[in-house]
Amino acid sequence: MNIIDPAPVRKETPLKLYGEEFHSRLLLGTAQYPSPKILCDAVKASRTEIVTISLRRENARQKEGRKFIDLIGSLDVRLLPNTAGCNSVKEAVATAEMARELFDTPWIKLEVIANNDTLQPDLLGLLGAARVLLRDGFKVLPYMTEDLSIAEKLIEAGCEVLMPWGAPIGTGQGLRNPEALKTLRAYFPDIPLIIDAGIGAPSHAALAMEFGYDAILLNTAVAKAHDPVTMAKAFALAIDAGRNAHVAGLMEPRDMAAPSTPIAGTPFT
Amino acid sequence: MTSKNITILGAGITGLWQALTLARAGHHVSLVEKSAEPFDEASSWFAGAMLAPFCESESAEPIVGKLGLEAIPIWKKSFPGLKINGTLVLAPARDLSELKHFAKRTDGHRWLEAGEIENLEPDLANRFQSALFYESEAHLPPRKTMQDLLRMAEQAGVRMRFGVDDPSTQALSDDADDYLIDCTGMGAHEQLPELRGVRGEMAVIKSRDINLSRPVRLLHPRVPFYVVPWGGHTYMIGATVIESADPANVTLRSALDLLAMAYALHPGFGEAELCEFSTGIRPAFPDNIPKIVLHNQRHIYINGLFRHGFLLAPVLAELTRHYIETGRQTSELMIEN
Repeated sequence: MNIIDPAPVRKETPLKLYGEEFHSRLLLGTAQYPSPKILCDAVKASRTEIVTISLRRENARQKEGRKFIDLIGSLDVRLLPNTAGCNSVKEAVATAEMARELFDTPWIKLEVIANNDTLQPDLLGLLGAARVLLRDGFKVLPYMTEDLSIAEKLIEAGCEVLMPWGAPIGTGQGLRNPEALKTLRAYFPDIPLIIDAGIGAPSHAALAMEFGYDAILLNTAVAKAHDPVTMAKAFALAIDAGRNAHVAGLMEPRDMAAPSTPIAGTPFT
Repeated sequence: MTSKNITILGAGITGLWQALTLARAGHHVSLVEKSAEPFDEASSWFAGAMLAPFCESESAEPIVGKLGLEAIPIWKKSFPGLKINGTLVLAPARDLSELKHFAKRTDGHRWLEAGEIENLEPDLANRFQSALFYESEAHLPPRKTMQDLLRMAEQAGVRMRFGVDDPSTQALSDDADDYLIDCTGMGAHEQLPELRGVRGEMAVIKSRDINLSRPVRLLHPRVPFYVVPWGGHTYMIGATVIESADPANVTLRSALDLLAMAYALHPGFGEAELCEFSTGIRPAFPDNIPKIVLHNQRHIYINGLFRHGFLLAPVLAELTRHYIETGRQTSELMIEN
């Protein structure tokens, strides 16, 4: 019998959102790419299974706007429409209803924006819209801050996943409040948590995954890269690395140096 | 070289340059347009007409910048009055990172400090601490230029027919034609199924308080914006880029964005007169790179010029002329259908 059996690599559990399983832990936004071709190539390079799409700006309700959507639809990924640009419960609900009809999906990334300059989420509006939409059968993925109390209320309302920001949308600042994000993770160990917005570099994404976050949603960092396709791949690798590190169990930092090779008995010293 | 009989469909910026280029080379050219009056259905009527190969390289593929550099001398030859005043790129103090990002992505610029900005554009004095200056870029008054091109084409012997109901039925109906060149933009969307429309909204304002002598781009994370002096105190401000072929009027939100950016550039624009709000639909292929589609030996499409009609039309016209005269495909923009 071989006593040094190679240890089996721990089997990765898929990401589960509203009962559906996904093998990629990267969700990618579809705005701001230099061209639809580059967007499609980036989606493929990222291995993502979920892409977000904005309804308001792309005038999707018009038949004429379909060309872009059809192109994304041809990518064989789940479309997650969002309510970007909505400033009130009423607007967000109306946009979600239009999205459900247009994309034939009850999934919605819910954004209610408090301030158009900072794009800070309006947490009260978010909760209000989430309650309406969940009652109406939507699968709501809410874009929120790292606030614990609103997280609790969103879960009570029926949200099965939460999406706290890393930093404001489009800033690329990374995890601006890492301690609060760790607290949120510790507080809700069983709810899928996705960092949504503010990620600028693959290292930011890897760090969030090391904290135990379940997935990362990003857009600008890839779309505005000099080479979006290569950047999409870089993020996929970083997210894999962070996830594997979390699953493997990170060491705790120590105050004192500890040699990895025992000193006692080392010859010739 | 024997001269050819050529029909060109579509009298927008692409068709006009193609007609002029071929007629000047001695070919017999007819230009056929659907609209009864010139330019009524041309998306180039709403263009900013900046010849900005360096600035456009920030988001366009390298080939666009490369061909764009060839365009300025061609324009200058036919329009000796072309203004090569450069482009000024600015950002509000808190968006300085946008300016750094733009600089990293583009060539052909130098950094200016406040004093140098004031020397170039006195009305912008004390408003911006730093800027990028793209000295070799040019701009045109697009509408006057299109009228000039039409006249020049006529003078070069191009026969014009306006108000032709369905110009595509002209397709080589007459065996006398050696070539049919379709430059109809979105008009060819059925024949070119990959073509899509990208909505652009713009405004025209008149200001006697602010004088600018070159295009100014103001960078912003969400609403990039430019203002182009069209002469006679008139300025074009533009332009949105929305993935939709909906030609409906400018939305209130887009109007607010455009006007707010003009106001941010200089509050003096607050007293400007609003002359026009318009929507144009840019024809584009999925990679946003123009194509010369060789449908068959005698039938050519030139399309997908996206944001770069004024910049690339004269270059595409030269490439197509060369193909017609030599039968050789020399450009990576040429594809066989």
